[in-house]
Amino acid sequence: MATKRLAFVVRSLPYKTEASRLALTHAIASQSVEIYLADGDLVEASIAFIGDGVLNCHKNQAAKHYDVTTLEGHMKNTLLLDLKVLVCKEDLDRFGLTENDLLMDAEDIGGETNAQIVPFSEIAKEMESVDHLLFC
Amino acid sequence: MGKLTIGTFSSLVGSLSLDFAVKLSQAAVNKGHKVDLWLSGNATMLSKKGQKSFKDYSSLAKTVEELIATGNFQITACEACAAARGYHKEDTMEGVKSHSMDWYLASTFDADRVLHIGGD
Repeated sequence: MATKRLAFVVRSLPYKTEASRLALTHAIASQSVEIYLADGDLVEASIAFIGDGVLNCHKNQAAKHYDVTTLEGHMKNTLLLDLKVLVCKEDLDRFGLTENDLLMDAEDIGGETNAQIVPFSEIAKEMESVDHLLFC
Repeated sequence: MGKLTIGTFSSLVGSLSLDFAVKLSQAAVNKGHKVDLWLSGNATMLSKKGQKSFKDYSSLAKTVEELIATGNFQITACEACAAARGYHKEDTMEGVKSHSMDWYLASTFDADRVLHIGGD
């Protein structure tokens, strides 16, 4: 029995490319990875938003213009599944964004985990603690 | 010998990042390592059969076929990413597998190293 920990580090802008969406969907896929593993083995994923990537966390996204699901919806699913979501405080400050501008919880769909706004030093600690880093 | 898992979102021809992933896979396999290559997003283009080689464009199909033949190289395309682009089973190069994203995360479980190229 073992657990491997992965951290997806998102630096990409939302909607400009598919990268941040794929980071979220891959992280969510950690919930069904056991079908490929021996009993008791697990893969856990966390996700951190840094640099331009923090813009993925903006609430009230209107992706209806593109007729696709919003990244906000994927963020909510991530929180609903209790994945750790970290958002870099220094980069939010750089964009003049505060907690009030961000999707911080998924309470409306029954989620109990909140996104965490943390200094980059905390994200660095998370990056050092995991087995593999995946930059998107 | 070790196992390397590489994931990439980068497109065929439009980005040389996919070329890098395949060349790195080749180098690792030649040294006796095993490689799992995961294609997601635009990278699923590499799974398409019937690729034609032109001197002005990078060409990876032949290298991929040779790598598959070694038995130490697995290449898998994200089935949803491929289907969204119109690549279905009948369009897929022989030896390329198709799975959902959890296959990739499972591959990282026993990998000695993971390299993720998450952009174009």
